[in-house]
Amino acid sequence: MALVELRNVSKIYHLGGEEIRALDDVSLDIGEGEFISIIGPSGSGKSTLMHILGCLDSPSRGTIKLDGVMIQDATPRQLATMRNRKIGFVFQFFNLLPKLNVLQNVELPMIYSGIPGRERRARALAALEAVDMANRAKHRPSQLSGGQQQRAAIARALVNNPRIVFADEPTGNLDSHTGEAILNLFRKLSTEGRTIVLVTHDPEIAAVTPRRIEIRDGRIAEKVDLTLAGLDRQIKIGGPPPPVQA
Amino acid sequence: MNLLTTIMAGLKEVWAHKFRSLLTMLGIILGVASLVGMAAIIKGMENGMKETMVAMGGADKVLLGETDVPAEQEHLADQAPGRTMADVHALRQSAPLLRLVSPEMAVRNVTITRGDKSIVPSECVGVFPAVLEMNLHTLEHGRFFTDLDEENANAVCVIGTAIRDELFGAPDRVGYEIVPLGEIVYLNEQPFTIVGLLQHYEGEQEKKQRELARKQPRAQPTGPERQRGFGRGGSNWAFIRKNQTVYMPLNTAWLRFRASSDRDGIPDPRLTDIDLKVEDMAQIEPALQQARNVLMITHRGIEDFGFETQEGRLDSINQQIRNARMSGGIIAAISLLVGGIGIMNIMLASINERIRQIGICKAVGATGSAIFIQVLIESVVIALVGAALGVVASFGFVQVLELVSPTANSPVITPEAMSIAVAFSAAVGVCAGLFPAVKAAKLDPIQALRYE
Repeated sequence: MALVELRNVSKIYHLGGEEIRALDDVSLDIGEGEFISIIGPSGSGKSTLMHILGCLDSPSRGTIKLDGVMIQDATPRQLATMRNRKIGFVFQFFNLLPKLNVLQNVELPMIYSGIPGRERRARALAALEAVDMANRAKHRPSQLSGGQQQRAAIARALVNNPRIVFADEPTGNLDSHTGEAILNLFRKLSTEGRTIVLVTHDPEIAAVTPRRIEIRDGRIAEKVDLTLAGLDRQIKIGGPPPPVQA
Repeated sequence: MNLLTTIMAGLKEVWAHKFRSLLTMLGIILGVASLVGMAAIIKGMENGMKETMVAMGGADKVLLGETDVPAEQEHLADQAPGRTMADVHALRQSAPLLRLVSPEMAVRNVTITRGDKSIVPSECVGVFPAVLEMNLHTLEHGRFFTDLDEENANAVCVIGTAIRDELFGAPDRVGYEIVPLGEIVYLNEQPFTIVGLLQHYEGEQEKKQRELARKQPRAQPTGPERQRGFGRGGSNWAFIRKNQTVYMPLNTAWLRFRASSDRDGIPDPRLTDIDLKVEDMAQIEPALQQARNVLMITHRGIEDFGFETQEGRLDSINQQIRNARMSGGIIAAISLLVGGIGIMNIMLASINERIRQIGICKAVGATGSAIFIQVLIESVVIALVGAALGVVASFGFVQVLELVSPTANSPVITPEAMSIAVAFSAAVGVCAGLFPAVKAAKLDPIQALRYE
């Protein structure tokens, strides 16, 4: 059984009587430990797909099973708990809280899961250590470079030990050099067994993942363009996804 | 989410916008200060009224008053005996539910003189010793009247301190207390020996002022002494009156003053007052009924008397206090509500500023209720910090009021008023936070994250 099972999922918006299918009958499995990119031009529906996968939104039709739990009809509260315990987000604009320092930002998800202060601190420091940011724990986000902010955001995404991490254009706001470093960090995390979903419009970035899904007009494109630029840069990682226990 | 962390976050948010928060709190601060100040003024009024009540003999004093005869006895009106000593003796013997019966026979138009000094007392009455307990007097020096004084109609008197002050000198002017026992004074040219001196009666406020004056003596005023009299300093009239009392034995009043004068040259045996105290306030109804039955016999069925209890007075005091509290409370509550609107306004603004941050919190797993509680607590924190400042401000406010308000009613800050004010502002904080909190909790995470 896959970690995420999407079956015939549609997301339909109604705009002034007109029906807009942001997602149209999408089925998708993501296995445990997979490093996968969702690629598509802007407006293709890839963000909507990520929101639904990431429990930020509910589908209009279809079913979605995450880590063995059907969540297409979950209440906002259940979705919040899912996001808290099983999902980590990394955003294009880092989205750190400006008034908190890095450590407090990383502690934030654990505050909402009710973890006591001491353990919170220890785990946050460990997560910062993992992204090589422990020496910046007391800095405010505004005192950090973009790359450092993104590392802190990744630490926050990982700190609650999520089953799956979504990164939405994680390099979109960074220069190419820093972006490369962040991508390397994701690669490293992937080799450690994390399930990572990279959402991007940039084929070059998508090229780093072993599996790519292309979204076009709300559907998964039949055939992924294997001649994407930069394929040669792809690093072999971990072979096929490990088998998942039921 | 941990309550303490949330409260700390709220405090931090307040501290981060010091000036804005202070302006927001100002409504609550003023509201709380006015509520506490208002309650303090009313408490002062209440204290003043209760003091007056006690000065006049306490709540359990019943006046046996003279009334017009009822309409069906109109033809007997000229046979109405009035209140006499016969009533007093009858009541003392036959009305066991009464604890005290105190007859008073006033001597009117009396001037007391000693040497070149004179004073007109507020009260010059012939009394039984029961009067001490009846009017809550305390004898400070000397003795009260004996049976022999009564029997012989001795020319003795017990005076209040104001009389002493005027005729012999006040302690704060001569520097020590003069106890004029055994001295002779003249009541309308008749020599009387002073055998007792009553306690000096004063309100709490006067006492405080006197002690303050003693601790911090002012420079002696030069030039002629100012006239001291009623209305100066606004001290309680009930105490002024009580201190100007002159008592003599009832028989003395009768034989030396009343028996030879009054009503068309015919001696008037009627008493000016009969005051009663009942054994048990819970049984005031049967006690008065008993007294009434006795009096109906002595008055030969002519109902020319009535009972005036202090209950009515007490009720009217309580009514006044209630009204003052109500009107003051409503005004203060309105200002607190206005403060609450200020909080709501600022919370809405602050949430609009933080839509994106709320989106982030939701993305990392904050439930709607966690956000709701966070916003609500922030609002309550503003209200409570404001309330705390308001309580502090109220002390200063009351200091100012103390300068303005009459001395007898000096405002008193009560812990009840403070806790009510704080509780009310907490409630205002909750109410003001509800709408912004619901708004924040309902934000869609995706849209909030996209918000610029």
